[in-house]
Amino acid sequence: MTAPAEPLLTATGLRKSYGPTPALDGADFSIRPGEVVAVMGPSGSGKSTLLHCLAGIVRADAGDVRYDGRSMAGMSDGERSALRRADFGFVFQFGQLVPELTCLENVAMPMRLSGTKRRAAEKQAALWLDRLEVADVAGKRPGEVSGGQGQRVAVARALVSGPRVVFADEPTGALDSLNGERVMRLLTEAAHDTRAAVVLVTHEARVAAYSDREIVVRDGKSRDMERAA
Amino acid sequence: MSGRLAYGSAPAPAPAPERPAGVRVWARDLALGARFAAGGGREGWTRTVLTAVGVGLGVALLLLAAAVPATLNSREHKRQARDTSAAAYVAKPSGKSLLIADVGTVWHGQQVGGALLKAEGAKPAVPPGVAELPGAGDMVVSPALRELLRSTPLLRERIPYRDTGTIGHAGLMGPNELMYYAGSDRLTARDADYQHGNAKRITGFGEHITSDALTPVLDLLLIIMLVVLLLPVAVFVGTAVRLGGERRDRRLAALRLVGADIRTTRRIAAGEALLGSVLGLGAGAGFFFAGRQLAAHVTIHDISAYPSDMTPNTALTVLIALVVPLAAVAVTLISLRGTAIEPLGVVRHGLGRRRTLWWRVLVPLAGLALLVPLFGSVTGNDAHVNEYQTATGAVLLLFGVTTVLPWVVEAVVGRLRGGPVAWQLAIRRLQLNHGSAARMVSGVTVAVAGAIALQMLFASVDGQFVHATGADASRIQATVNVPAADARQAAAVTEKVRTTPGVARAYGFTDSRATQPDAATLRDGQDVAYIPLVVGDCDTLRQMAEIGSCKPGSAYVVPSTDRFAGPSPNADLAKYARPGKRLDLNVGPTPYRGTPRLWTLPSGTRAAVSRTDPRGQRNWGVFVTPEAVDASRLADPTTVVMVNLDPGTQDAVEYLRNTGAALGPEAQVSSVSNFTTQTQYAQLRRGLFVGAALTMALIGASLLVTMLEQLRDRKKLLAVLVAFGTRRTALAWSVLWQTAVPIALGLVLACAGGIGLGAALLAMVGEAFHVDWGIVARMSGIGAAVVLAVTLLSLPPLWRLMRPDGLRTE
Amino acid sequence: MSIGHALLGLLESGPRHGYDLKRAFDERFGHDRPLAYGQVYSTMARLLKNGLVEVDGIEAGGGPERKRYAITDAGVTDVESWLAQPEKPEPYLQTTLYTKVVLALLTGRPAADLLDTQRAEHLRLMRELTRRKTAGDLADQLICDHALFHLEADLRWLELTSARLGQLAAEVAR
Repeated sequence: MTAPAEPLLTATGLRKSYGPTPALDGADFSIRPGEVVAVMGPSGSGKSTLLHCLAGIVRADAGDVRYDGRSMAGMSDGERSALRRADFGFVFQFGQLVPELTCLENVAMPMRLSGTKRRAAEKQAALWLDRLEVADVAGKRPGEVSGGQGQRVAVARALVSGPRVVFADEPTGALDSLNGERVMRLLTEAAHDTRAAVVLVTHEARVAAYSDREIVVRDGKSRDMERAA
Repeated sequence: MSGRLAYGSAPAPAPAPERPAGVRVWARDLALGARFAAGGGREGWTRTVLTAVGVGLGVALLLLAAAVPATLNSREHKRQARDTSAAAYVAKPSGKSLLIADVGTVWHGQQVGGALLKAEGAKPAVPPGVAELPGAGDMVVSPALRELLRSTPLLRERIPYRDTGTIGHAGLMGPNELMYYAGSDRLTARDADYQHGNAKRITGFGEHITSDALTPVLDLLLIIMLVVLLLPVAVFVGTAVRLGGERRDRRLAALRLVGADIRTTRRIAAGEALLGSVLGLGAGAGFFFAGRQLAAHVTIHDISAYPSDMTPNTALTVLIALVVPLAAVAVTLISLRGTAIEPLGVVRHGLGRRRTLWWRVLVPLAGLALLVPLFGSVTGNDAHVNEYQTATGAVLLLFGVTTVLPWVVEAVVGRLRGGPVAWQLAIRRLQLNHGSAARMVSGVTVAVAGAIALQMLFASVDGQFVHATGADASRIQATVNVPAADARQAAAVTEKVRTTPGVARAYGFTDSRATQPDAATLRDGQDVAYIPLVVGDCDTLRQMAEIGSCKPGSAYVVPSTDRFAGPSPNADLAKYARPGKRLDLNVGPTPYRGTPRLWTLPSGTRAAVSRTDPRGQRNWGVFVTPEAVDASRLADPTTVVMVNLDPGTQDAVEYLRNTGAALGPEAQVSSVSNFTTQTQYAQLRRGLFVGAALTMALIGASLLVTMLEQLRDRKKLLAVLVAFGTRRTALAWSVLWQTAVPIALGLVLACAGGIGLGAALLAMVGEAFHVDWGIVARMSGIGAAVVLAVTLLSLPPLWRLMRPDGLRTE
Repeated sequence: MSIGHALLGLLESGPRHGYDLKRAFDERFGHDRPLAYGQVYSTMARLLKNGLVEVDGIEAGGGPERKRYAITDAGVTDVESWLAQPEKPEPYLQTTLYTKVVLALLTGRPAADLLDTQRAEHLRLMRELTRRKTAGDLADQLICDHALFHLEADLRWLELTSARLGQLAAEVAR
C-alpha cells in the first residue's frame, strides 16, 4: 500500500522515561489510512511504549503525536479518552476481555461506552463475531473459550466501533502458529475492508509479514526499515 | 511402627501416603508457609501485612472489650472514692469534718463537676487527687478545666476562684474531665431535716452506696451489646484471614506440581495464615496501645479515660492470644475445604451449583428456638437471665443473617439484567462471584442487624429509664431553683434572673405547702393532708392555671388533674381548701414539731383549672398572690423561676448559669430539654455508641482492604479498559454498584434479622412489639454510609490503577 | 558466498601475501572448509585482471606465493557495494552474511546497517509470500509457509546478530 495519502497518525522525537530508564529516546512514526505498520524490536526496546504514546494512553515526556492534523500533546485526558473510544481500537496479548461479561457483551462494550443503546450495540457486535468466525461463542464467557477464539473476539471488539486506527500489541503472542495466522488474516482483512490503519507491535517476523511496512525500535530509537532498504 | 524392622532383611515398607504427619513435618510445613507469607516478594508482603492489619484491628477491638471491665471498674472506683452523696448526717463539727456543697454546672453541654469546701477542723478530709484543701476563694482544678477557663471568660466569671493547684489522676475519671474544688467561707451546714443550710457536713470522701446491681433488663442489654459488637469483629477477622486466597491457591498448586501432597499444602496454607495472624496479634497490641494513648485525647459523650486505667483483663488477653491464631488457621482450613488444589491449577467445587437454602435458614431458626422458651422470663427486678442460652440464641440468630445472605445475593443477582455498562460490569461480576460479594458485606449486615435489635430493646425500655419531662421548650428554656430560707428573697431572686442578659421573661414563684388545721393534734402515723401552696404574682399564676381575673390578694384552689394520683388530693382540697377556712402552714417532717401556723384562705378564693406550666408540669393545690399570705410563715419554701430566654442572645443560658452561681451554691439552673435520662441507661447507650462507631470503622476498613485487593487483581483489565477510552466515572460507578447491590440486599436482610431478634428480645422482657422505623432507617443509613465511604476511599487507588502503567506488566 | 569479495575485504586493512591471505581467510571464515591455495591464486588472478587489486611487490625467489597484493580504489568501491547490497533471501545464507558482517566490522563499516538492510529484504520477501499464501490454495499455503518459517529463522538470526554486534566487534578486533 504505497498510495501517497496524507499520514493519519505521526509522531516525531518521542521521549518517555519510566523512572531513570528511558523507554523511548527520540522515536518517530507515521502511518497512513489503511496501512498496516509492524513495530518490531527486542523485548524492552520500547515498542509497547511507542504504541501507548501513539494511542494517547501515555503522554510522552517530549515530542509530539499528531492525529488527523491535531496535536495529542495538547489534549486533556478526557479528550484523549474520547478519541480512543471513537477513533481507535485495541487488541492486546491476553487478559483483555472482561471475564464476567459474555463474549457478545465484551464486543458490544466499546459501542456502549460511546453511548450506543444496548440492543443496537449487541446487534452490531453479533455481526462482527460472525465476521471473525466466532459467532458460536457469543453467549459464552471468555474463560470458556479457547485462546484463539478469545483473541478473535478481542479483534471483533477492536473493530466493532469502526475505528480509523487499530493498535495491536502482540495480538498473537499467546497463540500457536495456526491460530496466530488465522487471527492475523482476519485482522488484516477486516482492517483492509474498513480502511482502518493497523499499528502492529510484534516480535514475530511471520506476524510482521502481514504488514505493509516495518519500523524497528532499538534502545528507544525507531528505525524505518523502508528507508533503510 | 518398630524401628527394628528396618534392620531386617525384608524390604522396608513403603511409607503409607495417608500416615498422619509428625510434629516435625508439621513444623516444617508451617515454617515453609510462614516463609511464603513473609518472602513472596512485594506481593506476598502486601498480603501478609493486610492480613496482619485486619487481624490486628480485630485483636485491638477484642483487647478493648477485654479492657472494658477494668476501665469501668477503675472509673467506678474513682467515682466512688470522691463520692459524698450517701454520707450519713453528721451533727457536730470535728477536727476532720468539712462542709461541702455541690456546684456542678454545665458549659455548652459539657458537664463541669464542682464542689465548694469549707474545713471545720485542723485536719479536714481531702478529696482524692487533692493534696490540701483550697483556702476560701482558692480552687484546685483539673487540667482540662484549667485549659477551658483560660479561653472562656464567661465561664471564668462563674468560677472566679484563684487557681492554686491541680487535681491529680486519682481524683479524675479521665484526662478530659472538667472538675474543680473551691474553698468557700459562705457555707453553713444543713440540719438533720436537710434544711436551713447550704452545705453538707462530711468527715471523709468515698462514702457511697454500692451502685444498684444491674437489673435483669440491663443485664440482657449488656449481653446483647457484647454479642452485637464482637460478632462483626469475628466476621471481620474471618474475612481478613482469607485475603489474597486466590493467589495463595495458585502458589500451592505450583507446590503440588513439585510433589507436595494435599495435606502438605493445607499445612503450608495454615502456616501462612499463622504468620499473618501472629503478626496481627502484634499489630493488634500495637493498635491497642496506640489507640489507648489516643483515648486520652478523645472525649465521646463526656467519657474520657486515662490510658493507664484501660488494662485488659489478663485471662482474656491470654485467651485472645491463643484463640485468634487458632481461629485464623481454622478459617483457612475451612475455606480450603471447597477447593481442590491440583498440580495444574485450582478446582473449586460447587461452582455453578446452586446454593441450598434449608440449612442456611436452619441457623437463625435454631437461634430463635433457643430464645422462645425465654419469652416473658426477663421481667421484674429479681428475674435471672440465662446468659449462655441468651447469648447463643442471639449469636445464632445474627449469624443466620450471614448464612442466608449468600443465598439471597445469588438468587437476586442472578435475576438482574440489562442496564448501563457500569451496572452491567458490576452485576456480571456479582453473578460470577457472589460468594465473595456476600462475604464482603456480611460484617456490615451483622453489625446493622445487631444494632437494630439492640436499639429496639433500648427504645422499648425507654419507659423504664428515660422520663419524658413534657417540658415545653418553646415556652421557656430554663428554670432556676433556689431553696430560699426566707421566702421574701423570692422577689430579689426573680429580679436578678430577670436582669440577666439574654433573659426575655422570668416567672418567679415560691413553692411551699400546707396541711389540715388540726395536724398538730393527730396521732403519729395518721394520714395528714398534703396541700401544695404556690405563691406568685398574677402573671406567673396565669402560666400555671386558667385563673381568669386576678388582682393582688387573689387566691385560687386548683384541683389535681393527675388521673393516677387517685381521689385523695382532690378530696383533701375539697375538705380543707375552702374560702374562709384555715390551713396550717407549719408542715415539716413527722412527727409534728412546733406550734401550728394557721392561715385563713381569703373569702374571695375561687376554683381554677390547672394548665401545663412552661416546665411541662401540671400543678395543683392552693395558688395565691403574695399579698394573700405572709411569706415569712411558709414552710420550707423554694423559689422557682421559669425563664424565657431570648433566642437572639448568644450564650443566654450560660449567662443565666452565671447568675445562678452568684446566687449561691444552693441555687440550681437547669435548661429545659424534652427528656431527662437516667444515668445507668445513659452509660449503656454511650457504650453502644462508642462500640458501634469502632465496629463500623473496622468493617469499613475490611471492606476497603477487600476492595483494594480486588482492584489490584484487576490491574491489567482496568488498564485495558482505560485504553479503550472507558470513562473513569463509569468504572467508579461499577465499583459503587458492585458494593452497593450486595449491601442493599444485606441491609434488607439485616433489617429482617434485626427486627426478628429485636422482637424476640422484646418478647423476653415482656414488652409489646414495636419497631421504630427511624432507628431502622438510621442504622441502614450508617451501613450505606460505610459503603459510600469505602467506595470514595477506593477511588484514588482506582484512579492510580487506571493509569496505563498497568499495560506495561507483560 | 563470494570468496573474491571476502579476500578483497581482507586486503583492505593492508597489502598481504597470498599465503597470508589464505591464512587470514581460514582463521576468520574457513572453520570447516579451508581454502585451497589454487583457489586463492585463481581468484587473485581474476581480481588482478579486473583491476580490483594490484601487485604491491614480489619477493626474491619468484612463484605466485611470493606476490604481495594490495587493493585498488576500484576494489574498495567493489567491497563497499557488495556489503551494501542485501543478499537475495534464501535459506542457509548465514555463511555469506557472517562473512559480510565480519568484514564490515574489520573494515570499520556500519555492520548494523548491513543487518538492517538484509532484514528489510527478508521481510519484503516474507510479505510477498504471505500475500501469495492468503490468496492461494492449501498447497500454496503449505509451500509458502515452509519458506516463511525458514526465512523467519534467518531473520531471527539477523536480530540476534544485531543484538550481539558489540560482542562480535570486540572478538574481531582481537
